[in-house]
Amino acid sequence: MSAMSTTLSGIGRRWDGVVDRYNALPKPARLGLVILFAAFVYLLPLLRPPILTTNNIDFGGVMFSVAAFALVAVGLNIVIGYAGLLDLGYVGFYAVGAYTTGVLTTYHWHWPFFLALPLAIAVTMVTGVILGAPTLRVRGDYLAIVTLGFGEIIRITVKNVEWVGASAGIKDISHPNTIGAAPNPPFDRGGMFDVPRLQWDGIIPSLDRDHPTAVLAFGAVDAIPYYWVILTALILVLVGDRLVKSSRVGRAWEATREDEDAAELMGVPTFKYKLMAFALGAAIGGLSGAFYASGQGGYISPDSFPLLLSMLFVAAVIVGGSGNRWGAIVGGALVAYLPERFREFADYRLLFFGLALSVLAIWRPEGLLPPRRSRRAKAVEAEIEALEEGALEGSTHA
Amino acid sequence: MDFGALFGSLDNFLSFTMGGLVFGAVYALIALGYTMVYGVLQLINFAHSEVFMYGTFAVAWMFIFLHGTESVTWSLGKAAPILVAALVGAMLLSAAIALLLERFAYRPLIRKGAPKLIALISAIGASFALAEAMGLRDRFADKLGLSDNLENYVAPGKARDVFSNPVTIQPKGLFEVGGYTVSDVDLVILAACFIMMIALDTFVRRTRFGRGIRAVAQDPETAALMGVNSGRVVQVTFLIGGLMAGAAATLYMMKIGSTRQNAGFILGVKAFTAAVMGGIGNLRGALVGGLLLGVMENWGSAVFGSEWKDVVAFVLLVLILLVRPSGILGESLGKARA
Amino acid sequence: MPDTTPAKKALLEVDDVTIKFGGLTAMDSVSFQIREGEILGLIGPNGAGKTTCFNVMTGVYQATSGEVRLDGVSLAGRRRHKITQLGLARTFQNIRLFKSMTVLENVMVGADAHSKVGFFDALFRLPRHRRTEEEALAKAKGLLDLVGIKARHDELAANLSYGEQRRLEIARAMATGPKLLCLDEPAAGFNPAEKVQLMQLIKKVRDQGYTVLLIEHDMKLVMGVTDRIVVLEFGKKIAEGTPAEIRDNPAVIAAYLGVDEEDAS
Repeated sequence: MSAMSTTLSGIGRRWDGVVDRYNALPKPARLGLVILFAAFVYLLPLLRPPILTTNNIDFGGVMFSVAAFALVAVGLNIVIGYAGLLDLGYVGFYAVGAYTTGVLTTYHWHWPFFLALPLAIAVTMVTGVILGAPTLRVRGDYLAIVTLGFGEIIRITVKNVEWVGASAGIKDISHPNTIGAAPNPPFDRGGMFDVPRLQWDGIIPSLDRDHPTAVLAFGAVDAIPYYWVILTALILVLVGDRLVKSSRVGRAWEATREDEDAAELMGVPTFKYKLMAFALGAAIGGLSGAFYASGQGGYISPDSFPLLLSMLFVAAVIVGGSGNRWGAIVGGALVAYLPERFREFADYRLLFFGLALSVLAIWRPEGLLPPRRSRRAKAVEAEIEALEEGALEGSTHA
Repeated sequence: MDFGALFGSLDNFLSFTMGGLVFGAVYALIALGYTMVYGVLQLINFAHSEVFMYGTFAVAWMFIFLHGTESVTWSLGKAAPILVAALVGAMLLSAAIALLLERFAYRPLIRKGAPKLIALISAIGASFALAEAMGLRDRFADKLGLSDNLENYVAPGKARDVFSNPVTIQPKGLFEVGGYTVSDVDLVILAACFIMMIALDTFVRRTRFGRGIRAVAQDPETAALMGVNSGRVVQVTFLIGGLMAGAAATLYMMKIGSTRQNAGFILGVKAFTAAVMGGIGNLRGALVGGLLLGVMENWGSAVFGSEWKDVVAFVLLVLILLVRPSGILGESLGKARA
Repeated sequence: MPDTTPAKKALLEVDDVTIKFGGLTAMDSVSFQIREGEILGLIGPNGAGKTTCFNVMTGVYQATSGEVRLDGVSLAGRRRHKITQLGLARTFQNIRLFKSMTVLENVMVGADAHSKVGFFDALFRLPRHRRTEEEALAKAKGLLDLVGIKARHDELAANLSYGEQRRLEIARAMATGPKLLCLDEPAAGFNPAEKVQLMQLIKKVRDQGYTVLLIEHDMKLVMGVTDRIVVLEFGKKIAEGTPAEIRDNPAVIAAYLGVDEEDAS
């Protein structure tokens, strides 16, 4: 047990080391590193590094869901990690975003994807406000149940409303428009130009020209362009997240989470900020849902949004380290990636994440990669404890 | 929307109401588990739904064990002996699960004085793990090399499908209320629910241990100073919740006849809704809330169609929280009202 | 002390306030005023209704009847953060800091009370965001300097010593820019030396132009620092006056010594 928590806090320390070394670098070097890292992440599905790459399933598709989950986790992290609101119905927002996109781009209206996207975000955000306004006033633990109910209501509703396809769902949701030459199936993928991908023989890479990716061509064949788009969205959201978190708004969230009454008495309109966090989280969930809907398959149905997905989202945030955006990304990526990489264990994934939630809650409630400051607080606590113990021992020896 | 279906005739109205009461009785018994734990610890015992779900499996297993796998239809009288055994089995299994939860998912956190949200997350994790463990029971049996012996119980390859009690209990109509034929099964369910409620109410109000529970619910620190063993009180609270969930599981299986690994989830949320409606922490509130919820959602499904039944329940929960967050009878296990 | 205060205008008026919880009357027709620029002590034995009085002033409780006015504005029915924005700030008897935020951030939360910066200002880093942020930072650092814990500004609030936490509470409350600063037993758990320092700090705060309401147990501290004192017992006001007057007031002596009023007088 203690070995486990030592290993877990080891992760945190090592990460701190990385951050410290990064912060010590001069600005141009930091910028260079960031660009290098971003380029690596963008190229990951083309590089197909051994071990990491999933062999039986399309790696591009896996990376797409990894990015989609990371995006969801970043959004939910605002709600759970920053504002301290336990939202168990996040899948509801994901579904609202997906369905709005689905309805707007198919038989009802045939909008292009990028026109539907902002509306999908707006609709989800409004849904968040409508759900949040009445419920954010109730006690925190009730909120969990109310949101849980919301997730189910959305699923049952889309299942029973013919207008959104009922249980058959929505097919042929438009893909984003291809940039460059229009695709001309079955052989011409279109797009701006083709890039080859790597193949590996052990640790020797070589170019694989037989499976090129058409850059910014969105079709049913290749998931990698979708991955690039959602990754870009993720990066934009991350930048926004960082800007907002390190402002008055972020402070207000944190103060509210720490002690709502005290925050209120220090002049923080806590309800307003909780609602803001809730709506923002909803909007990001909707954004991710919209991408999901128009992804490779272009198909959604009520079964795409089981309540279990909500639990996986929560697990992603908590496992990663609630309150730390990088933790959330790691958590989201793990939750999406592990079951795909280790297919043979895919059946056990819910069991695994369930146990992980309980185990982490008990031994390491702050998650794998908690915000730096809570690790710092913990370190000081441990130090004091050690000192006290030392003092005690000293006195018994004396 | 079809209000005529509900209000068109007195017969319809009474029939939907009676049907609702029977389901409500099951909700009420499950709600007890939520309400007791909340009353004592101010925690939502999220995994209580799994406590109930394991009970439903215990019932089916007991029938398989004592009868076999041959599908038959029996009258309530003929099934009664096995039902009693199933009741005992379900109550024991559910209580055991509840105690395990207390020991592993809650106690370490309560000791540390962890925030409620963390305890809730631990509970969610435990709920997940328990439901999945049931859904994967065939794999575990396989790994342990017990598949052949346990085939009837673990349903190899179909562990995630609906799992039915081989014995279908055929209700016998006794008399009519409005247009609704009250069957012996309905009557047993309602009677069992009331008897358990009265017994529990008496236990909490009249016995020494009940006083301890109330004391801890009101003020754990003072109770501890007065010599109440609060750890033991918490255990007993979980135990009682488990026993009641086992009973509810038996009644549920009498009426429905089948279950699956995720059967607890929706029922759990509804039972929690019932507890909140009645006033969480309040035993009689659980009864009132359960019956009311059963009736209301049955009315709702008459008006909107049965596919909207669950939605009606959730919308009710939201409305109740908005209008009267402390529930119909008010909260508090501590107060003498119990 | 020469009584020059009546000339000054009343900043906070507690006007005939009664609070009932069920059958229990926690405050019974209490009236008093706090004048601009003074340090008013609110004292009374345990259970006298001091904290209740405090809570009704800061909007935690609603008065059953009567009214509290700040600068002539009634506080009844206002949301708590609005009351803070109107100019009433408090500290907590049982320290309630934002423990996992830094010392500086704690004070900045207080300084944000009047900030107009919203989500979009922050997201797009509009000029208003930068200006407000710089102002808040300067203010917060100044206040930390005033209460004497500037050196610890980067520390987590949870890691401060007890005395430092109390000081941080005062700085955080002052950062909200209050007209009236209410200190709820700020000396609780202090040793005599720390109490002396606290007394100096309270006077320093007043000299900065703040009006202070001090709820305190320690008579010596109250007598040493306040301009006027209001005494509560069993939810009723039993005396009001300068420290010297209060010291000699038989009803107060009786209340504190537990002697019947008749015997004392």
